Amino acid sequence: MSALKNHRLFWPVLVLVALLTANAIYRPSFLAVQMRDGHLYGSVIDIVRLSAPLILVALGMTLVIATGGIDLSVGSICAISGAVACFYISQQPDQNSLASVLTALVLGLGLALVLGAWNGVLVAIIGIQPIIATLILMVAGRGLAQLITEGQIITINSSPYKTIGVGHLLTLPFAIFVALAVTVLLAALTRRTALGMIIESVGGNAEASRLAGIRSRRIIFLAYVISAVCAAIAGFMLTANVSSADGNSAGLWIELDAILAVVIGGTSLAGGRFFFSGTILGALIIQTLTTTVYAMDISPQTSLLFKAVVVIAVCLIQAPAFRDKFTRRKPTAVSQKEQVPA
Amino acid sequence: MTHPVLTMTSISKTFPGVRALDGVQFRLFPGEIHALMGENGAGKSTLIKVLTGVYSPDEGAIDLAGTPVSFGGPMQAAAAGVSTVYQEVNLCANLSVAENIFIGREPRRLGSIHWGEMRRRARALLARLDLDIDVTALLGTYSLAVQQMVAIARAIDIKARILILDEPTSSLDAREVEQLFRIMRQLRDTGIAILFVTHFLDQVYSVADRITVLRNGKLVGEYPIAELPQLALVEKMIGKELDVLERLEEQPKRDLAALEASTPFIQADGVGRKGVVAPFSLTIHGGEVVGLAGLLGSGRTEVARLLFGADRADSGRFVVNGAQTPMRNPVAAIGHDIAFCSENRRTEGLVGDLTVRENIILAMQAARGWLRPLPRRRQDELVAKYVEALSIRPSDPEIPVRNLSGGNQQKVLLARWLITEPRLLILDEPTRGIDIGAKAEIQKLVVQLSDGGMAVLFISAELEEVLRLSHKIAVMRDRNLVSQLANDDTVSAEHIMQAIASAGGTGQ
Ligand SMILES: Nc1ncnc2c1ncn2[C@@H]1O[C@H](COP(=O)(O)OP(=O)(O)OP(=O)(O)O)[C@@H](O)[C@H]1O
Ligand SMILES: [Mg+2]
Repeated sequence: MSALKNHRLFWPVLVLVALLTANAIYRPSFLAVQMRDGHLYGSVIDIVRLSAPLILVALGMTLVIATGGIDLSVGSICAISGAVACFYISQQPDQNSLASVLTALVLGLGLALVLGAWNGVLVAIIGIQPIIATLILMVAGRGLAQLITEGQIITINSSPYKTIGVGHLLTLPFAIFVALAVTVLLAALTRRTALGMIIESVGGNAEASRLAGIRSRRIIFLAYVISAVCAAIAGFMLTANVSSADGNSAGLWIELDAILAVVIGGTSLAGGRFFFSGTILGALIIQTLTTTVYAMDISPQTSLLFKAVVVIAVCLIQAPAFRDKFTRRKPTAVSQKEQVPA
Repeated sequence: MTHPVLTMTSISKTFPGVRALDGVQFRLFPGEIHALMGENGAGKSTLIKVLTGVYSPDEGAIDLAGTPVSFGGPMQAAAAGVSTVYQEVNLCANLSVAENIFIGREPRRLGSIHWGEMRRRARALLARLDLDIDVTALLGTYSLAVQQMVAIARAIDIKARILILDEPTSSLDAREVEQLFRIMRQLRDTGIAILFVTHFLDQVYSVADRITVLRNGKLVGEYPIAELPQLALVEKMIGKELDVLERLEEQPKRDLAALEASTPFIQADGVGRKGVVAPFSLTIHGGEVVGLAGLLGSGRTEVARLLFGADRADSGRFVVNGAQTPMRNPVAAIGHDIAFCSENRRTEGLVGDLTVRENIILAMQAARGWLRPLPRRRQDELVAKYVEALSIRPSDPEIPVRNLSGGNQQKVLLARWLITEPRLLILDEPTRGIDIGAKAEIQKLVVQLSDGGMAVLFISAELEEVLRLSHKIAVMRDRNLVSQLANDDTVSAEHIMQAIASAGGTGQ
């Protein structure tokens, strides 16, 4: 029991289950899954589908945070790559051509690589504090996205592109597979090579890593590039969802949700150990929360507050120091033999 | 007999997989210096942390001057008169020395901090420890030894009934140790109870009144100093007799001339860095152990850092294996098969989050690049070999290194560089915080490695250790390399002390 309780995913899983249960009690149809036109539908599946962009952004963010940094520009990068892809497709005579959609994606990814490299240079080479360095692109990036869309909302009519957001594969939403593929890829990239350990080392103790002969600049640079690429894929999804690109609102504030997801997942903002599985759970919790707020008809005025309260609660229960205070203060001051079982 | 000021009864503490303390009893009387002894990982630091509320015990009671207590943390403990210097210096590197001494209890005037008073009192306090440094400079700019002294200064200034010093002398020179002991005796005579942890046996016998011995988390016994001669103490600590140390003494000193006939592995020509170390020249040959001696702050560590490229030299040149090389950064040095084991394992050595295994393979992996991970089987082999060779405990390599006891962490750092099989191994205080058994093992290892052709630069505040291992001794004073002596039969500790202290320099 206590081994289970000490597992680092125990609390996030518990919170997710609690949220789902609350929904199911409030609305019994919540857990129902139906087959329609060969596709599965249901609230739970919706949650997973809608959380896919956040999962992607948060995975990239996980690596950046593990190096001891932070990437505030991911929302803007979402908007920029979504805008570039949509703009390119909108210029094509045949918007449904697979080739042009693929070209659009390559363009979007290419631009993201450049933007990620920009962040990477500012942080790793020039040595600007990550929060400031990425703030530049966070702010300027929105303008860049606006430039691409010429201040308009670009609407496209491309079914291959739309698939990324709302299509299906093997009865399940396509977006789930994209998120899954990126997760597997990143997991392999970090855990099959020594990259993961080296990132954790740099984030855990930069000076010790330097003295151990780690070229931390390269590693940090790489983390920002990966983060930007993840954000770009999320940007495709977000714009594909609505078949349009809006430089102003695509991916707005997603960086904050992503940071939250990472923290809920157990990766420390100070850097060091990172956990993709925790991050994914964190993203799912945040999306479930958003859905819950809508489903329960909580008024928009209070919904943000509600979200904030839940998030604070999640972070607090995860903090060992906080749990300690509760389990430790209750018994008499002298003997602390009896830990409160939970 | 007076009543104990502190009684800890049946204290038990279990960490996942480790029973760190098992029904330990401990008493402390007013006006005594009490040495807490035991091997690395015996549970000394844990007992201290249970007392000061860093950990809460699973079982047991603590009684301070007749009232049962259970502190919520070090601050509460300090408020109740338990002042502690922890094993790992935990001050703020980015605050000034004075701020570090008075943090949380700054002298005030009209509600705001009285900076002048603070600096004045900080200087006076450090003067008691015979340390004359700029108290407005950031703590991080000083060596570990100075930081240790600052931590001690802070602790002795707190009005305390109990003063706890967990390995306070691990990076201090004989002179600072003497200074500290003088103050400890003074404090004792005013009725303060002092708990003192160290791995230096002679220090115990020169200052302690009573000894408590722990072994594997269990109490072995409590003895008045007079009733426990040194050999018996060692036996109680390790549970068997120790003979490695004796054998090591008989090592014949190898002939320096023969060693130095070959081309040197590394040659530093007028290498220096402004404001850090004056230009020096030093050659180290394969198979040679060069000892660096000098007082606290004399520039020993700084020399090591230049040789490793941890700091860049701004004058002179390096010749490695006959070819001139700029020693631009650690990566370059490692490329030349140079390894540097820093004295400051917490900030410059280990990555606390990572496991013992990961910490051990870190340098080797870094040299291979992240794209070529060391196969897991190879990792496990290497790690198992060194966990065994250095008796790292607990022996499970998958626990985070931060959960290891101080001495065991030190061994992990050493293992990291040993597996890279360097041609020049720079050891800065490699035996800091290591128990006598393991220390003998490490010294033996150094001898073995140099016999096998490795060049070693050995830095230690313990002169006997330097004398025992080195073929050649370079003496530092005031950030100058002042002389180099062949370590033959004519050289003795007094000899070196003279070289260190001559010309009237204070060494600060
Ligand atoms: N936070 C922790 N989590 C898990 N295990 C721990 C933790 N702190 C200490 N231990 C374990 O408890 C045991 C006792 O450690 P402790 O630090 O008290 O040893 P010590 O006697 O101070 O040794 P040293 O002389 O090396 O400083 C060790 O086996 C150590 O690995
Ligand atoms: Mg200890």
